[in-house]
Amino acid sequence: MKTNSPLQWLTSREGIYYLLLALLLVVVLPLLLDPFRLNMVGKYLTYAFAAIGLVMCWGKAGILSLGQGVFFGLGGYCMAMFLKLEASTPEATKNQSTPGIPDFMDWNQITELPGFWQPFHSFSFTLIAVIAVPVLLAFIIGVAMFKRRVGGVYFAIITQAIAAILTILIIGQQGLTGGVNGITDLQTLMGWNIRTDMAKTTLYFVCVGLLFLSLLVARHVQNAKLGRILVAMRDQENRVRFSGYDVASFKVFVFCLAAGLAGIGGALFTLQVGFMSPSFVGIVPSIEMVVFCALGGRYSLLGGVYGALLVNAAKSGFSESFPELWPYAMGALFIGVVLAFPNGLAGLYERYIMPLEKRLPVIGKYLDKDKPAPQAPPVVSDQLSAEKP
Amino acid sequence: MNAQKENFLLAVEGLTVSFDGFKAVDDLSFYLDPKEIRVIIGPNGAGKTTVLDLICGKTRATAGSIRFGGKELTKMKEHQIVHAGVGRKFQNPSVFEDLTVFENLEVSYPQGHTVMGALAFKRDAAVVEAVESIAETIFLSDQLNEPAGLLSHGQKQWLEIGMLLIQKPDLLMLDEPVAGMSVAERKKTAELLRVITRDHTVLVIEHDMQFVGDIADRVTVMHQGKVLSEGSIEHVKQDPKVIEVYLGH
Repeated sequence: MKTNSPLQWLTSREGIYYLLLALLLVVVLPLLLDPFRLNMVGKYLTYAFAAIGLVMCWGKAGILSLGQGVFFGLGGYCMAMFLKLEASTPEATKNQSTPGIPDFMDWNQITELPGFWQPFHSFSFTLIAVIAVPVLLAFIIGVAMFKRRVGGVYFAIITQAIAAILTILIIGQQGLTGGVNGITDLQTLMGWNIRTDMAKTTLYFVCVGLLFLSLLVARHVQNAKLGRILVAMRDQENRVRFSGYDVASFKVFVFCLAAGLAGIGGALFTLQVGFMSPSFVGIVPSIEMVVFCALGGRYSLLGGVYGALLVNAAKSGFSESFPELWPYAMGALFIGVVLAFPNGLAGLYERYIMPLEKRLPVIGKYLDKDKPAPQAPPVVSDQLSAEKP
Repeated sequence: MNAQKENFLLAVEGLTVSFDGFKAVDDLSFYLDPKEIRVIIGPNGAGKTTVLDLICGKTRATAGSIRFGGKELTKMKEHQIVHAGVGRKFQNPSVFEDLTVFENLEVSYPQGHTVMGALAFKRDAAVVEAVESIAETIFLSDQLNEPAGLLSHGQKQWLEIGMLLIQKPDLLMLDEPVAGMSVAERKKTAELLRVITRDHTVLVIEHDMQFVGDIADRVTVMHQGKVLSEGSIEHVKQDPKVIEVYLGH
């Protein structure tokens, strides 16, 4: 936990795991995959941001949110609004009855750009909004719920309801949001064509860079006393309260952190995929994010990243060959995780692979001198209900 | 009476709490002097634990006042009451099982209690020293790096007491600190409490009369939410009302 210098950290067991992930994402995958597949990996990685947030919020602090899609979507929509405005120049839209506004507004007989779209002409505003809008909503939900001591299953259900509400709102307000189709046909970012292979590869590396930045921020929070208070809250909320902490403000903080991370992921999703739609906001994607986190190991930040990568890769693979089977496979996967390995891949790794490391020549001895940091607590049976009596 | 009030560390007056019409605590008044060791005894359901819940803010009073060092506690939030100097140990040991003994004590260390404070908190020499000295007091020096979940029942009780001590509270409230302990653990706990009581005001709920006699300055006997008797252990033992409802059977 105590690291004196970055170099020392990188040669510790934890540092090596981070380096291996960096090696995979920065060197191996870009060499192995063509730009199309690499772009898909980039898309998977945007979900990893939401998964990291869930590791902090659900894994560490025990607050299960079934509405991370909301924050992912808000971040994505903020970015999409900026890109759409850039694509809707008067020249590009001269055939519309009102040139200069996004096409879907024109189709819905809207003749003037709505007020809340105006600030999205500015790129700096957009960059702030990508984080600030999800965080603000999370703050409002968090204060409203946690100050009233709403928690556990009730909180999960409320977040899920919010995901449903936001989807309905977006679909219903077609003229303002693009409706069920979402905001499509995004071309350039500050004049730079984001649809070329070169741009997609660049955006992939931006995504990987931001992912590592997010991992380091989350790791910093986890290793500060704050991280231990989050774990303590999960175990014994009352004991934390009667040790002099305002439990609600810590819950609000970690929920906002998770929301901000999901927002960044959403914005990167829009950039790499080229559109944003309500299908990435609602209940299903929100639950999928929980699955990524659960499969990777909800106590492990890196587990969250691998979970997002593997489940999405499986989803693409499966959907390409047996599209109708994917939902069943996904369900089976989730049940399997809950029943067989509640600590996810990270838990499996710690239990079965870590003991084997010692047998490796050289590396085994090297890793062995470094005590493994116990990340996952003992197997807990109440996998889904984050609530403890 | 009113003139003296300022000298009490804790003044509970007319305290009442009713759950759907059932008065668990009914017009209860008692006063604690600084550095006093007070034990509350009484049959099951007398409202002993509820009194501690009311003082620490876990339960809200229906009526009455709890004044602690000049502050009215009934209107304060739980964490504010802790900062005012009230520490409370629960009946079932509640420690953070996934954290080590060291981390359990560190989390209780009275510094960095806001979100930003907890982010900036540094484990400096003062913290390590405080944790190690408390660990020695509670007989857990050798277990500092063990997860608290692996401790025995008695050790968890001690750890929770240690978590209170490190907060440096003016008033310590202990709910059945020796319940479920082995004879050896009981003896050590009595020893521990004797150390603690040297410089804290302590309010204890306990059933073990031997233990009560050992530590109490004064005893308050509760029955059906009210004070039945109050005074030295000899005094309450001979009180016919107490004998009838409690000690007699």
